[in-house]
Amino acid sequence: MVKGRTGQRVRLYVRGTILGYKRSKSNQYETTSLVQIEGVNTKEDVAWYCGKRMAYIYKAKTKSSGTHYRCIWGKVTRPHGNSGVVRAKFKSNLPPESMGRKVRVFMYPSSI
Amino acid sequence: MAPASKLSQGIKRASRSHAYHRRGLWAIKAKHGGSFPKAEKPAAPAEPKFYPADDVKPRTPSTRKPKPTKLRSTITPGTVLILLAGRFMGKRVVFLKQLKSGLLLISGPFKINGVPIRRVNQTYVIATSTKVDISGVDVSKFDDKYFAREKKQKAKKTEGELFETEKEASKALPDFKKDDQKAVDAALIKAIETVPELKSYLGARFSLRDGDKPHEMVF
Repeated sequence: MVKGRTGQRVRLYVRGTILGYKRSKSNQYETTSLVQIEGVNTKEDVAWYCGKRMAYIYKAKTKSSGTHYRCIWGKVTRPHGNSGVVRAKFKSNLPPESMGRKVRVFMYPSSI
Repeated sequence: MAPASKLSQGIKRASRSHAYHRRGLWAIKAKHGGSFPKAEKPAAPAEPKFYPADDVKPRTPSTRKPKPTKLRSTITPGTVLILLAGRFMGKRVVFLKQLKSGLLLISGPFKINGVPIRRVNQTYVIATSTKVDISGVDVSKFDDKYFAREKKQKAKKTEGELFETEKEASKALPDFKKDDQKAVDAALIKAIETVPELKSYLGARFSLRDGDKPHEMVF
């Protein structure tokens, strides 16, 4: 998060939306979440993002490590379907409150 | 000696006397005057007094040596890199050389964008196609030891001093590092100023904007 930065704010991550968990009609598998990354619309486009780290950032009432913001780290694992949706695994499973909220998809580990 | 062929399971092709002749032990016996030469048995080791309780093989230490980190083909000395994380994220920076640890040595230059001579990992960097001529820069003196943290001297404290806060931590950069920075940057800035707009390019930070798709960008 912004560490009291007074300079330019740069965005070096792509925005993504958490769609929910990997699931079938009546079973869900919470270890894997589905994420829609902005601007990614096909399975081929997802290849660039595979392995990239992501962070789900949320606020909490109490301070931990000096800040109210907390984070769950994860990474893009593979495409999900043909239309650019992505599967992601996080260090700990995402909470159900995260559905519909934003996630940051970073550009590292980079291979360009 | 070639293995004996068999007609079927358990039935050999050669008869007993044929097989004896084939084996040729008679020739060895004849060579040594009638009897088969007996090899001298090495002296048996004395029975050890102590047998360990478990029959465990001692582990042999691994002889595996890690390979040197492969440098991406897009990163060559003089390439402008974009830093993706850390204090200087978004800054465009000049790559100088790869250190033995695999980390990349970079410099802002400091005067242009405030990035000092620093190490950075390859995976946190995007290589652009812009190159700066660094033939005039001498980077031979920089290695991983140059960047090692200074070991804190642990002085024995008396009981009174134990409760006093440490005032030792001096965070000022030693002068020789500042001079090294100036030396490297002098040559770099000269090369940069010959290229139109490269100086302001290096001074500007990279950022993603609305509608940007990194997977379609060419850096």
